[in-house]
Amino acid sequence: MDEQLIFRYEIDGSNFTSAGEASVSVKKKLRQLGFAPEIIRRVSIAMYEGEINMVIHAHGGKAEVVVKNDRIEIILDDHGPGIPNIDLAMQEGFSTAPDNIRSLGFGAGMGLPNMKRYTDTMAIQTELGVGTRITMTVNI
Amino acid sequence: MKIKEIVRLLEADVLTCENLLDSDVYSACGSDMMSDVLAFVKDQGVLLTGLLNQQVVRTAEMMDMRCIVFVRNKRPGQEVLSLAEENGIVLLATAERMYEACGRLYTAGLIGGCTKPANTD
Repeated sequence: MDEQLIFRYEIDGSNFTSAGEASVSVKKKLRQLGFAPEIIRRVSIAMYEGEINMVIHAHGGKAEVVVKNDRIEIILDDHGPGIPNIDLAMQEGFSTAPDNIRSLGFGAGMGLPNMKRYTDTMAIQTELGVGTRITMTVNI
Repeated sequence: MKIKEIVRLLEADVLTCENLLDSDVYSACGSDMMSDVLAFVKDQGVLLTGLLNQQVVRTAEMMDMRCIVFVRNKRPGQEVLSLAEENGIVLLATAERMYEACGRLYTAGLIGGCTKPANTD
């Protein structure tokens, strides 16, 4: 059986200022576990972008990070509006974030592309009006 | 380049982590869009920005950046200062505008950090 560690977080969707706290916590835990800086950076950046997305678009959600023997999995679950067109959402520069988010430094349309860029696999399951689940893996 | 050299070049005020001014930094990036910062790998870099919220510090933390320079005389609030102190990130404030601040550092030999896309090495 695979040995594994699981970290679970509730992402508060009402507060943009606190967005990213879970990713910072994951980063610290992975550091304590002694992973290489590059692996830690990839996991935490991908999760950070996901967290920001959940706060901007989906009123928060749940995040789970699973450390396995050969990979780290990041699973982000929300009950937001869903993504109508994944291909479009994956294009760099495409964003549906409101203007006030742009003045906070996000909403450049780089979130999903960055998540893909930093991970080895990324799968998006989404249903309009129901929610979105994003599963990413980073090989160790 | 040592962070204290950045302080000198930009005539900057040191807002946090004065004990880390002897640390070395190897690249820099100027942006107000945090996702653009997150798109490129920068080892031990400096972030120059006009944005003042806590996400700037978290972005730097995610990218392992050691120093943030706030341009145009902007000063962050207490929460931002505390978060940076907690994470060992040096915050500096300069009166220079973004373009001039970047230019001074570049001319002094601190190269740009946004030239190497992630995952291509």
